Amino acid sequence: MRRSGHAVIKVDELRKTFTRTRATGRLRRERVAVEAVDGVSFTVQAGEMVGYIGPNGAGKSTTIKMLTGILVPSSGLVRVAGLEPAKQRTDLARHIGVVFGQRRQLWWDLPLRDSFDLLRYMYRVPPERFRHNLDRLIDLLDLGPCLDVAVRQLSLGQLMRGEVAAALLHDPEVVFLDEPTIGLDVVSKGRLLEFLQSINKESGVTVLLTTHDIADVERLCERMLIIDHGRVIYDGGVEEVREAFGGERMLIVDLETAAPPLAIEGTRVERVEGARQWLRFRRSEVSAARVVAEVAAQAPVVDLSIEEPEIEEIVRRIYLEGLPGNHATDNSRVL
Amino acid sequence: MDDRLAARSRPASRFQAVPGCFGLLRWRAALYVHLIGARVRAQLQYRLSFALDLAGTCFITFVDFLAIVVLFAHLPRLAGWSLPEVAFFYAMATFSFGLTDLIVGHLDEFPRSIRTGAFDLFLVRPVGSLFLVVSSDLALRRIGKMIQATVILLYALGRLHITWTPVRVAMLITMIPTGVAIYSGVWIIAMTVTFWAVEAREVSNSFTYGGSFLASYPINIFGGWTRRLLAFVIPMAFVSYFPGLVVLGRPDPLGAPVFLQYATPVVAVALLLLAMQMWSIGVRHYRSTGS
Repeated sequence: MRRSGHAVIKVDELRKTFTRTRATGRLRRERVAVEAVDGVSFTVQAGEMVGYIGPNGAGKSTTIKMLTGILVPSSGLVRVAGLEPAKQRTDLARHIGVVFGQRRQLWWDLPLRDSFDLLRYMYRVPPERFRHNLDRLIDLLDLGPCLDVAVRQLSLGQLMRGEVAAALLHDPEVVFLDEPTIGLDVVSKGRLLEFLQSINKESGVTVLLTTHDIADVERLCERMLIIDHGRVIYDGGVEEVREAFGGERMLIVDLETAAPPLAIEGTRVERVEGARQWLRFRRSEVSAARVVAEVAAQAPVVDLSIEEPEIEEIVRRIYLEGLPGNHATDNSRVL
Repeated sequence: MDDRLAARSRPASRFQAVPGCFGLLRWRAALYVHLIGARVRAQLQYRLSFALDLAGTCFITFVDFLAIVVLFAHLPRLAGWSLPEVAFFYAMATFSFGLTDLIVGHLDEFPRSIRTGAFDLFLVRPVGSLFLVVSSDLALRRIGKMIQATVILLYALGRLHITWTPVRVAMLITMIPTGVAIYSGVWIIAMTVTFWAVEAREVSNSFTYGGSFLASYPINIFGGWTRRLLAFVIPMAFVSYFPGLVVLGRPDPLGAPVFLQYATPVVAVALLLLAMQMWSIGVRHYRSTGS
């Protein structure tokens, strides 16, 4: 177990501006500055597992690329494992592992085993350490049968597990995974997520995960960063997003006998089916306890349950509508 | 500051200790051999296509060679140079170019990795990206060119009756690595253009392949403008012409200062350093792709 509790990723007012040319007439062009990342700040403590989500083009990948040293920030501060990624890229590489769901780092024509061996040389992993790590990864990711197969012949699930193993051979402190589950079937995905959870819990590896699938984050992470239009719009617990963005809860109540729709302040009855009624209410307006008490006061109750809104649903709404009171717009400007 | 300390307190045993400068060089060399070995093994997996490729380049090389023979048959002297002398310049330049093509020729594919964003992965490794790009491939089939050059060189040396002095031998031997360094430098610099303009491949090729053509002949056969370009802008004259004058023991027909004939190693090192510098500037301008 590694020491935890110190900031392993620190990002402050990070910006990346791309200039693009855009045709404005038949021959005329203008240069447009696009803020792909527009003042992002957050800190990740060692041992955390953080989901970094946002709609397409929100700036997720650009952030990851600045954290790993691939892109040079336009301004702002980035520290990963105490290093400045863009300046100390090759030093940083020893401390991080990177998996891109859409890119292959394994040697396409070689058996998986050879790729691992090349990485051992490249990262100068001491032989005993390498054997220990490899045995463990083979065991946990069930890679035994794939080792002597050329990478190009692996199934997508095997390939991704191979990629993840490749990113962990040198004991990185931080692992960045950009869409690692893209295209995987339910079983392969489940296996991969389970594995990520185990290396986080058992080895204390810090994990930053971007994904289009909120369910992945819900399943793995305690903390979630939502980015949109280049800005962090939510940073907090995965469960707490419900509280932060409301979303409507549903009280399902079985009364002793069929009754007319209940009239309770702050709620509205969605459906009535015999003795069962569905009441919608907002957390911000009325507490569940209050609603239950009111219902019980009006009619005898046999059974009740409360459904929380799906996190995925909440996030989708945030993507579509933006935050209440936050008018994010097209963040490009003509130069 | 706290996180910086934490970074230092990591267990040191996770990596093998980094030895000094020489050790680092040895490690690089070993890593290069490993990476290239893997590529060669991969190429040999496709035995048939490898054999076809090799046969193809050998055939093209043979046709090139025929063209030279025909040319020489009609031109007993070229701008004051005898046939074996021209053959010598040609062979030395071609051998260096062939070796360069073998070692860094796959840089031609580099613009594609910029366009697709595959270059990302070269940037998350504990070794420099230029080193990784260079060691990402070795096109064995390009050996054909070097075989052709060797044959021509043997012919030229057989006919030239050079009086071998230590200086001339040293010059002849260093011409190959310095030639490779100059070609590689030009190649790398030409490729760094793609960090800014992805579709600049044709421009790059005109420098590399065009340059090799120009370097293959004694520069006094060209007009003044081309000559100055070759000597001082794309320093192709230093590949074969200037050091070749020393080996042949001929004065420069153009009367250029003698020190230029010995300047090749300096030019080669300077050009390589410049290329590495340009590359790292290019990397800082790399924009990757959308996702």
